[in-house]
Amino acid sequence: MTKEYKTIKTELRLPYELAYGATWTRFFEGMKEKKIYGTKCPKCGRVLVPARSFCPRCFVDMGEWIEVSQEGKLVAWCYTNYRYFGMPTEPPFIGAQINLDGTDVNFLHLIGGFDLSNFDEVRKIVKNGMKVRAEWKDDRNAHIMDIRYFKPL
Amino acid sequence: MGRPVAIIGVGQTYHGKRMDVSYPELVREAVMAVFKDTGLSPEDIDGVVSGTMPSMMEGIALTHFYLADAMQSAGKPIMKTETCGSTGVSIAHTAYYWVASGLADLILAVGHEKMNEGDSQATMTTVAEPFYQRYFISGAPGVFSMQSQMWSVRYGISEEKVRDAAAFISVTHHEDAFDNPYAHIKMKVSMDDVKNARIITYPVRLLDVCPNSDGACAVIFASEEMVKKLNRKPAWVKAVGYRGDEYFFGDSDKAVWESAAQAAKEAYNQAGIKNPRKELDVAEVYNPFTFQEMLFYECFGFCGPGEAPDLVLKGTFTRNGELACDPSGGTLCTNPIGATGLIRVAEAALQVTGRAGAHQIPGAKLALAHAMGGVDQFNGIMILGSKL
Ligand SMILES: [Zn+2]
Repeated sequence: MTKEYKTIKTELRLPYELAYGATWTRFFEGMKEKKIYGTKCPKCGRVLVPARSFCPRCFVDMGEWIEVSQEGKLVAWCYTNYRYFGMPTEPPFIGAQINLDGTDVNFLHLIGGFDLSNFDEVRKIVKNGMKVRAEWKDDRNAHIMDIRYFKPL
Repeated sequence: MGRPVAIIGVGQTYHGKRMDVSYPELVREAVMAVFKDTGLSPEDIDGVVSGTMPSMMEGIALTHFYLADAMQSAGKPIMKTETCGSTGVSIAHTAYYWVASGLADLILAVGHEKMNEGDSQATMTTVAEPFYQRYFISGAPGVFSMQSQMWSVRYGISEEKVRDAAAFISVTHHEDAFDNPYAHIKMKVSMDDVKNARIITYPVRLLDVCPNSDGACAVIFASEEMVKKLNRKPAWVKAVGYRGDEYFFGDSDKAVWESAAQAAKEAYNQAGIKNPRKELDVAEVYNPFTFQEMLFYECFGFCGPGEAPDLVLKGTFTRNGELACDPSGGTLCTNPIGATGLIRVAEAALQVTGRAGAHQIPGAKLALAHAMGGVDQFNGIMILGSKL
């Protein structure tokens, strides 16, 4: 039998306060009003959501604010059924990439509004390309979770 | 390309759950092994480059400080390279650039991770964007599941075929690992075992996923002059390629995956490779997830888009197939992340020098090593050959 050696249990907890900046502050204030904002690049013409202060490809300032559609189609998804320390979302849940109508990138959020406990049932409901719409919480805090999830139409 | 550079020796730990050693002791095991392999000693080394995935995997920041004694780096120039999952290949690139530049003749490259000491998925989730995306990413499996799922739908591959091909990859790599003395998971699994294993993040199931491994790998890179002087059998660096995508997951198409395709293209151009499936003898593709291995085959031009599952099921990429992929059992069976990319490089070096032992691909002359990292953003490649 191999000998068991000692271990020490330790934990790190560090406080942070992350700055949103003007663009993301405006985006999250919009969430409070049940609006999803994107910005349009003056150079490549892409509409990015969430809104950005600059285009990651063209490196120019984003001028134009656009309130984007709250409906879109499901591009990719995964059903999560495991847990790790400090996980911010309670499993099971479905993370998804959603292409909101009129935008040029995929927006990451949850798919929900139906029973997630049985995967075989979930598999019958969730289809790539299906239309989904944002469902808002009543109590909103200018946070990404102000949208409860995107629900299949 | 700078001066010619070769790998003249490699060392690995026995990877696994290594609570029998402290982290520095684990790293020293790999460093001792490379010195034993080459007959060199610490005073011969001009500089040391090391790296880990995120340092906080073990809760101790600045690992090149923590592990300085284990790597015998005191009194030498030291560097740390960190590119998430592709760290190991980036360490190899750093060592290569250092020697190719003419500023050093012998560089020690060390990759390491002790994943069983922390919570790997909690650590990895700190890599995800904090304002918009961290809530939905669910660690590495979540990201790669979404990508695999998107890829299979894009190319109209039936769910059944993808699941069969993924299971085939899992079964063959688990078999291969038995012939690799350093591999972590050595377990017989059947197609049914894989296909019916518990769902982690659909479509990924338990046996589609790599383990949490503790391990380290050390590799010595040398100038042509040193290769001759030391009379070592060299694995020559024929090419390096590296590309990154933009930050936000969702801003670029991961079913086509430009960073993977472009990193390979850059490397093939340098090495003069036109038909990789024919010209390469071995590919150590970074495969923490069975599904993702198929995407890499396509991004690297081993086959066309959407063709990988059929070829996998035909055995094209097994040890006896047309292009042997991950004959070591790969990342699927052993994943101490910061070491993993460097293990791919070390395995490729062993193959082209005929020193891979029980999992040697007979007559291998040209091998590709690869690693991927970030939230899918980073891809790095190194191609090694038996001839300069
Ligand atoms: Zn632009």
